[in-house]
Formats: sequence, structure tokens, C-alpha cells
Amino acid sequence: MKQIPSKVQLFHTCIVNEVYPDVGLSVVSILEHLGIEVEVPLEQTCCGQPAFNAGFHVDARKVARHTIDLLLSTEGPIIIPSGSCCDMISHQYHLLFEGDKEYLDKSHELSERCYEFSRFLVDVMGITNLGSRFKTKAAYHPSCHLMRGLGIKTQPKTLLAGVQDLEYVPFKDQEECCGFGGMFSVKNPGISTGMMENKLKNIEASGAETLTSCDMGCLMHLEGGLQRHGSKIKVKHLAQILAEGLP
Amino acid sequence: MSHFLDRVETALRDDHLQGALHSATERLWSRRSAALDGLENSDTIRDMARRSKLGLLRDLAGNLETFEKNLIRNGIKVHWAQNGKEANRIVVEIARKSGCKRAVKSKSMVTEETHLNHDLLEAGLDVLETDLGEYIVQLAETTPSHIILPIIHMTRQDIGKIMHNRISVPYTDSPEELAKIARVKLREAFLSADLGITGANFGVIDSGAICLVSNEGNARLVTTLPRVHVAIMGIEKLVPSLADLDLMIKILARSATGQKITTYTSLVSGPRRPGELDGPEEMHVVLLDNGRTNILGGDLAEILGCIRCGACLNACPVYKNIGGHAYGDTYPGPIGAIVTPGLRGLENWKELPDASSLCGACREVCPVRLDIPRMLLKLRQTGVEEGRSPFTLKFIMKGFGMVVSRPWLYRLSARWGGRLARVVAKAGWIHKLPGLGGGWTRSREMRAPVAKSFQDLWKERGSTGSPTGGRGKNG
Repeated sequence: MKQIPSKVQLFHTCIVNEVYPDVGLSVVSILEHLGIEVEVPLEQTCCGQPAFNAGFHVDARKVARHTIDLLLSTEGPIIIPSGSCCDMISHQYHLLFEGDKEYLDKSHELSERCYEFSRFLVDVMGITNLGSRFKTKAAYHPSCHLMRGLGIKTQPKTLLAGVQDLEYVPFKDQEECCGFGGMFSVKNPGISTGMMENKLKNIEASGAETLTSCDMGCLMHLEGGLQRHGSKIKVKHLAQILAEGLP
Repeated sequence: MSHFLDRVETALRDDHLQGALHSATERLWSRRSAALDGLENSDTIRDMARRSKLGLLRDLAGNLETFEKNLIRNGIKVHWAQNGKEANRIVVEIARKSGCKRAVKSKSMVTEETHLNHDLLEAGLDVLETDLGEYIVQLAETTPSHIILPIIHMTRQDIGKIMHNRISVPYTDSPEELAKIARVKLREAFLSADLGITGANFGVIDSGAICLVSNEGNARLVTTLPRVHVAIMGIEKLVPSLADLDLMIKILARSATGQKITTYTSLVSGPRRPGELDGPEEMHVVLLDNGRTNILGGDLAEILGCIRCGACLNACPVYKNIGGHAYGDTYPGPIGAIVTPGLRGLENWKELPDASSLCGACREVCPVRLDIPRMLLKLRQTGVEEGRSPFTLKFIMKGFGMVVSRPWLYRLSARWGGRLARVVAKAGWIHKLPGLGGGWTRSREMRAPVAKSFQDLWKERGSTGSPTGGRGKNG
């Protein structure tokens, strides 16, 4: 049996800090509800993915070194409420530091400690049902880096299945990319929009009232599209659904 | 050549293309999944196939030498071509020497790469494509938009119109009728042709043979009826043995069309031997480099393991939205976004690796598990290192690196950036952004950053930072 930690670090991600702080608070309240002490390394910034994905490795490395040094100076599991940022730190840092033995080793040490939020709850804490109640029809968008990068397919669905009064609505092409892709969404706006419209059309057709995911990047993009459509569908990070419905 | 983004915009506005692409890729996708699910030990077979293809590349030169020796042993004449022009010249020369006038071809991407038809026609030869899709492509004077299904971008009505206009047959959009018309035309050509041209799906080293897979049987006619057979093959298309070929065959058709095996799988191992009833008098294999040795040994070497099944195209949401022609060269889709700049350099093709959300669907379906996203990232990195990115982006990224690695500067920038954004925003939403951001607000609203960040709220509730994790090096 895995050891259940008493204290964790939260890498809240930049997008949660600046745009969706409620997601961070939701994660904290769930972890505290489970009796875990949460610490927030206040010097954290961004994982560096925008520069890395755009090919600017020198600039990405500056940011990644800061993140590595900061997080390695802490103790305990590091919880990241984003599949994409977690994949960046857990996998892409290895590519970024291919030629830098010191930081390559550090990146491996760090990746051992990083857990995406839903994986931490299900795989480490062994939780499938938090006793939350949330009345909605929810469509779940499995983000690509979560699903294909980290291999997290079932955990978010398991947690959603444990929410009382929540009706899970599947939709067509559910596992297809939403078209966000970070810089991709502004460098190739036409293609990104084509992909988004396809995704939104299928979500809208599903009768969902809430769109949930484990990545605020995708959700910011999809929410922006829903807002432009004048849609009533609300977006919520999985943690928000779980936290709002806590007993 | 038109600019990539212009081609993309044209494709995105083409509802007809969108409809054709979405329905075809969806059909292929579901068939592929079913076919692979039905293959016992498919994961192991894929791993073995990958090892076989990639292992071979480690000594490609030695393997090619052995292959050449075995081809010659089987009575096959071997030619080496450094580039497409040279390969085409070799084919023209073979035709001249043997007095060939009329060529029939089976489907081959490598001859699309070398623009063989153009050079054959210029040299005064007749040339006819005999794969139904390629035949339509030739009639329409266009190029294939998919490596397996050349006319995936067309509907049957389009095909009916092309055949009606180009070969003066009554218009019909019945697939059976259209195939019947083509069959009559093609049969005449098969019987009168003196030169058969094919590509090669695989070159089997130990047997000194090439393998061709097809569904229409045309490859078999092309390799047996004309007096002379020329196969053009990229130097990376080797497999060590028939046992390895078996692995490839198991995954190729399943990944490509969802078939367990294609209707025809031909092993061609030389010209007609004394006492044999059919087969060509002469057989030639042209081994083509055309940039492949530039890829070998570099960061993209893995791509030479591609078996050209097209599964990554069918899985790719970008391909599904823009189709093959937008990629601007022979090989479209995720594989093309690597092969094209790999073969031709990044100078004119730097937009291709950028045109991916890195969703990883290609890596997931690739039968030989090529890490396509990793290679796309490598190409982006190379582009930046070669100084090919626009000044504004360089400026932004330099700033990103400088600011985001310094927490105090990051906080300051986020605070002031957020304030500015909230001035522009209405009810928390920004309707129109300038510069690069304009791409975002073309189709999406942008949420403005909030006045109180997560950390502000965190501190308000009396919580403090991590006592063990105070400051990073640059803090």
C-alpha cells in the first residue's frame, strides 16, 4: 500500500494564479478536506512550456531551472492541477536538459515527485468518491497532454462518477484535441478555430450544462469560444466541481 | 508557391473539402481501431516492427550494399540516384535503351516526390497512372492529397465530373459505373504498355526482392505485363527479412485502411527466368536518396522508419481541417510536417512544424510508434536556432525567459499586465486583442486576469508559503 502523505506542495500554474484562482482554492479545499496540509511555494512562476513549445529552448531553460530549483527545495509530493504543465515538468524537461547533466538529473528527481491532481486523488490517495454533490450534466474534455502525455484516462472519470446528482454526458470525438495547443492557438488561429468549433459543436449537441477538464488552458480557449457563441455552458475544472459539492 | 497560411485559409473556407475530409477520415479511423483491436499481441508486433525498422537504419549503408548484392543475384539491375532529377533521368534512359514508349504506373509516392510523370512526358513517353485514385489525379492534373487515398478530398460527384470532362464519357456518380469505365481504359493501357513503373512498399534485404501491396491488382499487372519493370524506392524502405516483412504487413493495412491485409501482396524478385511464363524481360531498381541521408544520423532519423500507412493523417485534427494540399508538398499530415523540412530544409517549410497542437494523436496511432511530436519540437528548436523566427516572437520569448525566471519581475509584470487588460476588458472579457493576440480574439473572447491572484487570496486566508521552499536560485 502506498504511503499517504500528510503534506503536499501546490504548483498552482500561472494560468490558475492570474486567471482562474478559484481552481487553486478548490484544490486546496479538497486536499485539506482529506486532512493534508498544503504548502504553496510562493516564488513559483510558470513551467516554461510556451517558450519550449515554440522552440525557444534557451529561454525555456531559464524558466525551467528556476522551477526545478524552487520545487526541489521543497518536500513532499507536488500537486499540479494541469495535465499539460505536469507533462511539461515530468517529461519535457528531460528533453530540454538533454545536454545538461546536472539539470537532467534534477529534472528526473523532480518528475518523481510530481502528480497531476486527479491522479494524486485516485492513485495515491485511493479516493474514488469524495461525497460531493453537484447537480449538472457534465461533459468531460480529456486534454491531450493529460491523456496521451501522462496516460491519465480513467481517474477524472472515476472522480466524476463519484459525484452525486452529476450526469456524465459523453460526446462525439471526445478524445480529439480542442485546438488550444498554447502558442498554436495564436500562430495558427484558423486551424485552432476549426478544431475548437468542431469540439464545441459536439459538446453543445451533447446537452451538457457544464464542461469540465483537468486543464485550464483548454478550458480558457473553449470558454472563450462558448462566450463568443453566447452559450450557457459553464466551464469548470474538475477540482471546482468536486470542491463546490463537498459535504 | 503560395504561403502556407494562405493555403490553410483557403482550405478552411472550403466547405466541400471539409465535408469530404471529415467523413473519410472518420471512416478510416474507426476501421483502423477495429482492425488493430482484432490483432492478437498488436502491441508486441508494433514494438518488434519498430525495432526492426530502426535497427536497420543504424547501418543503412551496409544494409543497402547487401540488398544491392541480392538484387543483382536475382538478375535485377540496380541504379543509385542522389536526387529526384537523377532518378527520373535513369528511368528515361532505361526506357530509351529498351525502346519503351508507353508506361503504366502503379501508385507510388516516391515518384510523386521526384515528379517522374512530368519528366517522362517531356522525354516523349506516354505515361498512365493505373491506381484508380491516381488515375483521377492524373486526369484532373492535380496532386494526391493523402498518401494512401490520393483523392480523399473529392466526392464521387467530383470524380464523375472529371471523368466526364476529361475522357468524354457520360456523367455518372455511381462508384461502380465509374470503376467500370476506368477499368476499360486501364485494361487497354496494360496490354499495350512496354514499361511498368512502381514504387516499393518494402525492399526485403535477404531475399533481394521488393514488396508491393495494393487493393486493385494494378501493381501486379504493371509488374508482369510490360517488357520492362522499373521500381523506384527510397533508400529507407528496407526490411531485413521475410520474417520482418510479415510484421510490417500485419500492421500496414490495418493502420492504413483497417484491412487485415491488402487484396494483393506481391513479392517481386527479378525478371522472367528461363521456363517461366510471365514477368518482364528486364527489371530495374532505382535506389533514391533525395535528402534522406541528410535526415539519417540527425534528430529526425526516426522518421525514416515510417512505413507510409497514413494513420497519422487520419488521426490528425489539423490534417482533418486543412487536408493534404495545404501542406504544399508530396507528403502531407504529421509525417509530412517532418519529412518535408527534413528532406528540403526548413527555409521554405518552417511553418509546417508549427502547424501542430502537439496533441500526440499521431504518436498514439503510429504502427511503429514514431515520436512525431518530439520531432516537431526538434524542428521548431532548429528553426529558432537558425534564426528563422519572426522578430516579435523572439522579442516576446526573450522577455518571457527573462521575466518568468525572476519571481519578483514576474509578479510585477503580471500585476501591471493584468491591470492594463482589465481596463480594456468589458465585464471581465476582452473582445479584441492587438498583434499576435488578434489570432485568439478572431474566434474567441479572452478572459482578463483577475484583480486578486490565487496567491493574493492564499495570503489573505492567512496561509503562508512553503517554509521549505522559499526561494529558487534566481528568486
